Amino acid sequence: MPPEAAAPARRLSRLGQEVLLPTAVIVGLGLVWEASVHLFDIPVYLLPAPSVIWTDSVAIAGTIWGHTLATLYTVLVGFVVSIVISLPLAVALTSSRAVANAIYPILVLTQSIPKVALAPILVVLLGANELPRIVVTFLVAFFPLVIAIATGLMAVPSELIELGRSYKASVWQELHRIRLPYAIPFIFSGLKVAVALSVVGAVVGEFVNADQGLGYLIVSATAFFQVPVAFGALIILSVMGIVLFQAVVVIERVLFPWSAESGQNTIA
Amino acid sequence: MIEIGDVSKTFTTRDGSTVTALSGIDLEIPDNQFISLVGPSGCGKSTLLRLVAGLVPADAGRIAIDGTAVREPRREVGIVFQNATLLPWASIVENVLFPLKIMHAMRPDSRDRAHDLLRLVGLGGFEDREPRELSGGMQQRAAICRALIHDPAILLMDEPFGALDALTREEMSLELLRIWTEQPKTILFVTHAITEAVLLSDRVVVMSPRPGRIDEIIDVPLPRPRSFDMEGLHEFQDCAQRIRSLIFGRSGRRLAGAA
Repeated sequence: MPPEAAAPARRLSRLGQEVLLPTAVIVGLGLVWEASVHLFDIPVYLLPAPSVIWTDSVAIAGTIWGHTLATLYTVLVGFVVSIVISLPLAVALTSSRAVANAIYPILVLTQSIPKVALAPILVVLLGANELPRIVVTFLVAFFPLVIAIATGLMAVPSELIELGRSYKASVWQELHRIRLPYAIPFIFSGLKVAVALSVVGAVVGEFVNADQGLGYLIVSATAFFQVPVAFGALIILSVMGIVLFQAVVVIERVLFPWSAESGQNTIA
Repeated sequence: MIEIGDVSKTFTTRDGSTVTALSGIDLEIPDNQFISLVGPSGCGKSTLLRLVAGLVPADAGRIAIDGTAVREPRREVGIVFQNATLLPWASIVENVLFPLKIMHAMRPDSRDRAHDLLRLVGLGGFEDREPRELSGGMQQRAAICRALIHDPAILLMDEPFGALDALTREEMSLELLRIWTEQPKTILFVTHAITEAVLLSDRVVVMSPRPGRIDEIIDVPLPRPRSFDMEGLHEFQDCAQRIRSLIFGRSGRRLAGAA
């Protein structure tokens, strides 16, 4: 086959491999699930069938949509706060050994505290509002991001740094012309982890204190044995995680194509 | 003119012990001469290059360019490293212009000059490509253009062809000679390859390690322009043999040890 004819065919087979195959597997598993529930007569409060999850969730679609938006808001604000704080923190960590020695133990300490245990204390401290949820989201998400950015900033080849020095690059020029762009593939691997963790953090926050959000919906639905609704919320949370993750992937591909193809990010 | 007078440099290693990288180095390099630094690993040739570049301060002695002591990197110096170290996110022409941007020295005709340089090294038409689209040899050509963009009087090259395969290496040597003929500069060239040093240089500085010092400075009496055909000439052979015997010892004892 001539290459120009082979290319679309290959793309089609890749599409089959990457999209159709996993979709078929998921649909197949769903069917097995549905069939098992009916076959073994599993009670709905233990394991609802996918069809029941769908009908029960659609019945209160408006309410679920509101909860979804509330969670999405917490996730995104927490994620953005993580970025805004992680970037200067990573720059500070890599700027000197003294700063690193001063800050790093505190960072590790924040990670060794169980966030679920911290959340109720934060509610007492910050009040029963949005703030403790965002803080928990941030605390869950920011650490891998700081480490990824710091690793990227340190991974610059020493020759590149010497090159900058030989042209008398200022500290600021070295940072924004060499170190930060060089770190972009690392930053994006960190962002991918952080955005997935933001969803986890937001739900933890909502478990402890919330009057809305998908985490709150799961807690209240299970309390009233509305298990299908809890499953519905769970599925929406996973979809939210996947969509946000893919959004980061797309942003990287569009803004920094060289980074997406650098091989630094083998995932996605 | 680069003057290096009785220069020494000691490094402190992580465990606190000291290593004398260079000791009592004396060298004078007239304008537009091509000088190679040859020697085994650890003889301090790269350190000497970095001292001249102003990237590392000397502990003792004096380094001066045109009578002014070198205390920090200077504008009239361009550097090429073993790896091309192009910025992966910037196009080839942007990479070449990088030093000017750092030095805030962009002029309206700078872009044209970058294009001219790229054409000079045979990279015309690759200006807007990204580094990862180029072969190792082509990347190193771009790195040489980057070092030449601000028209430095001195070019410091730290094993610039060390990462290239043998064929590309020979091609790049001739290329460098051609550039040097068209745009005369003082070149300080660090290499492991003895024939490369002889082919390129006016003088070859042979160094020995622990502590790094100059063994001998050998004048290469070959006429210019040079070509690989000259490898057969007895002047070429004499120079190469002399360098080899200085590095490995006349008896070949260290050669046997190394093998």
